[in-house]
Amino acid sequence: MADLTCKIAGVKSPNPFWLASAPPTDKAYNVIRAFKAGWGGVVWKTLGEDPPVVNVSSRYGAVEYNGQRMMGFNNIELISDRPLALNLEEIKAVKKEWPDRALIVSLMVPCNELSWKNILKKVEETNADGVELNFGCPHGMSERGMGSAVGQVPEYIEMVTRWCKTHTQMPVFVKLTPNISDIRKPARAAKAGGADAISLINTINSITRVDLDQMAPEPVVDGKGTHGGYCGPAVKPIALNMVSEISRDPATRGMAISGIGGISNWRDAAEFMALGSTSVQVCTAAMHYGFKIVDDMIEGLSHWMDEKKYRKLSDFVGAATPNTTDWQYLNLNFKTIAKIDQTKCIGCGLCYIACEDTSHQSISVKAQNRKNIFEVIEEECVGCNLCAHVCPVQDCITMIPQESKKPYLNWTEHPNNPQSKI
Amino acid sequence: MGEPGALSPKQLEENFCKDIHPPLNLNQASIEASRCYFCYDAPCIKACPTEINIPSFIRKISTGNLKGAAIDILSENIFGGACARVCPVETLCEEGCVRNTAEDKPVAIGLLQRHATDWLFEKKIQPFERKNLKQKRIAVVGAGPAGLSCAHRLAVLGYDVIVFEAKKKLGGLNEYGLAPYKMVNDFAQKEIAFILEVGGIKVELEKEFGRDFSMAELRKEFEAVFLGVGLSGVNALKLESENMPGVLNAVDFISDLRQTKNLSAVALGKRVVVIGGGSTAIDIAVESKRLGASSVTLVYRRGFSEMKATSVEIEFAQNNGVLIETWARAKKLIGNSKGISSVEFERTQSGSSEIFTLPCDTLFKAIGQILIPEKLGDVKEFLEITNGRILVNDERRTTLKNVFAGGDCVNGGKLTVVSVQDGKVAAEAIHKELS
Ligand SMILES: Cc1cc2nc3c(=O)[nH]c(=O)nc-3n(C[C@H](O)[C@H](O)[C@H](O)COP(=O)(O)OP(=O)(O)OC[C@H]3O[C@@H](n4cnc5c(N)ncnc54)[C@H](O)[C@@H]3O)c2cc1C
Ligand SMILES: Cc1cc2nc3c(=O)[nH]c(=O)nc-3n(C[C@H](O)[C@H](O)[C@H](O)COP(=O)(O)O)c2cc1C
Ligand code: SF4
Repeated sequence: MADLTCKIAGVKSPNPFWLASAPPTDKAYNVIRAFKAGWGGVVWKTLGEDPPVVNVSSRYGAVEYNGQRMMGFNNIELISDRPLALNLEEIKAVKKEWPDRALIVSLMVPCNELSWKNILKKVEETNADGVELNFGCPHGMSERGMGSAVGQVPEYIEMVTRWCKTHTQMPVFVKLTPNISDIRKPARAAKAGGADAISLINTINSITRVDLDQMAPEPVVDGKGTHGGYCGPAVKPIALNMVSEISRDPATRGMAISGIGGISNWRDAAEFMALGSTSVQVCTAAMHYGFKIVDDMIEGLSHWMDEKKYRKLSDFVGAATPNTTDWQYLNLNFKTIAKIDQTKCIGCGLCYIACEDTSHQSISVKAQNRKNIFEVIEEECVGCNLCAHVCPVQDCITMIPQESKKPYLNWTEHPNNPQSKI
Repeated sequence: MGEPGALSPKQLEENFCKDIHPPLNLNQASIEASRCYFCYDAPCIKACPTEINIPSFIRKISTGNLKGAAIDILSENIFGGACARVCPVETLCEEGCVRNTAEDKPVAIGLLQRHATDWLFEKKIQPFERKNLKQKRIAVVGAGPAGLSCAHRLAVLGYDVIVFEAKKKLGGLNEYGLAPYKMVNDFAQKEIAFILEVGGIKVELEKEFGRDFSMAELRKEFEAVFLGVGLSGVNALKLESENMPGVLNAVDFISDLRQTKNLSAVALGKRVVVIGGGSTAIDIAVESKRLGASSVTLVYRRGFSEMKATSVEIEFAQNNGVLIETWARAKKLIGNSKGISSVEFERTQSGSSEIFTLPCDTLFKAIGQILIPEKLGDVKEFLEITNGRILVNDERRTTLKNVFAGGDCVNGGKLTVVSVQDGKVAAEAIHKELS
């Protein structure tokens, strides 16, 4: 049996699956249920200064795609709307009762040293394992100079991180906002400020849909809406890229990362870890299906690790990072060609029309016994994968790498490149 | 004969007025619509005799464009509502669905078609409009699906149509033949009202071609004629005493059943034998069972795979308690002037000489219908009729100029959807001819 124990920035947990700071970690009641279900850790819903914030009614928007509910999800909630003392009291009690689980406290206070100093003192008294600085919230809090308003300015990140490192012994996680053009800059700033780990991504600025009757963006609050934070399966590709950018950046290489964004199952988690995350955090999937999903996450990851002969998490964390490179270093002499397995083909023709209308006209169609037969014209196929993606049948269209006699050649060396070195 | 009252009125209502394929709710429709792959050159379209653009209408359902979906359907098949209820989809569109290959479960095209058309009817939307009025009169004889489909298309194209119908009500077998539990809530008449709403179609009821007017007269008065007279005769067993009480034509009995206001008063025996292997045989067998007959045996002269009824229909009959005997032919009807008491059958497999007798008080003949040219007055003088079918070409032209025909009277009895297509194709041919 694979060993799933996880250690990130000195914080230990029995498995790498944590709940992200959000409604599932809003209070002791939820967190205890989550621990009972098997979650390895939680990042408590972000705490701020008293008086608590006030939330609106009608808070979530969602994207349904072709029958899949909540493929994307957004919210216009703020940080915890409960009194600070109550949260701290519950955190202390929960940590005492569940000493083996990671319990991190997410924080967001105004951008002055004293505010951070004061709250850190209070958190220390709870015996929590660490703090996570919420520099990510893209709505509401940012209008008040907090959240992503800080996260978008690397100098502020560095400054606040340094304050925190100065005023506490607890490990400091810095949670990054994806609402920025180059994610490496805030990551470098966090590192410069002394952060022990970074968590990413927080939610992406978004409008999920417009209510065409009310003529207002959803969620509609008394006739008006606002942009909210996007998350769920739809954001996973964006999050994965940001995690990989940081883990392969020489300036931040080796920094502990807690990966977040659209993780719904063990496979998603394994992908984040392969690109350099030591632990992962989940929010939307838990909000969609409840805490039980962690069962399969633990089991699935463990079975997969057994199969691949990985004994502990560090055996594969970051394993895909060296294989993530810039476009210019990809082998231009590599060739792959689509192959249609005629025994699996159901004749839907989606590959044909996709290639014919929008790609390289490399699939032929001919009628045979009232059925259409689709075949790849190998000379024409550029190996773009479109047909394999549109095909609704598992493993019917596969991409076959072709034997090449030509050696590795990348763009920096290519004759067509005006800046070619050769 | 017969024993009315074997079942309670409540049970009878359950048996005949409850839809055997209840409509999809919004949720089911959206899940089902999302299963469609939106195939290129989709096989389902080719498998539908009216060539409805199925992937297109399903996609429209999934985007909430139900009006567009219904228009896609009705512009190819004005009886899209009836067809959604009565088409044997397992041998038509749904047989074509590529999901059969991958997972043995096609998209429920019929039910989705019903979802879209029901929506339009409920909203009372009339999507058709007459354009380019032509001041040209066309006669349509017979108001079944073939005749009314032709009439509707012609009216939309701007022609003035007069429909002559022998019976008291419009609809042909939609009104007098289809199984009641497929067409509940008087759907046939509601659909026809929708079809006529477009305007330009004048209806003459109880006007029988051949008796009340002739082909010669029609040709004089109208620019073109469409014959959609269906099949008015019934094949006989050609056995002695076929006229004895208790020996009935299935279609006549069904016609009365469809019109009855009081199911409890319908007279039917206790033991019923049905001879035939098509959907009429299946229908009468199931209807007998649902009327309360204690035993119903359907006897077919060949095997299951040779039956015209689809496997779904056969299973439906069996689930309704109908026993099916294959490879047997009726040899002798036994009974007296009071009525039939049993039928003697012989095996049809070579090598078998088994003879067996089934006791019964009712025998239904359901071995096909035929065209009786003599009932159509002077038609034979003008048109070629072979093998009990009016001869037509691809455009549904008869051998006589400007006279077209379609539906059961040209194909010997097939399906509602085939008749609808015939009417539509003929209307387009008439339009081409006259413009
Ligand atoms: C019992 C039964 C069940 C069936 N079930 C199904 C089913 O579930 N699904 C399916 O797809 N198909 C089914 N069919 C077949 C389908 O009903 C027919 O194929 C279809 O109705 C034929 O349409 P039509 O317009 O050609 O003829 P009909 O529907 O027969 O219409 C012909 C019309 O012409 C009228 N007419 C006839 N002679 C004259 C005249 N001389 N003058 C004026 N009017 C005249 C008739 O009164 C009638 O209204 C069934 C048939 C039967 C008999
Ligand atoms: C309703 C809701 C409230 C959230 N509140 C917070 C918060 O208070 N602090 C925080 O750091 N992130 C918050 N998040 C962001 C999540 O912690 C997480 O970063 C994001 O949802 C991406 O992960 P997911 O795709 O698994 O949901 C919130 C997310 C949601 C959906
Ligand atoms: S064949 Fe089936 S899956 Fe393809 S378009 Fe038609 S209904 Fe949809």
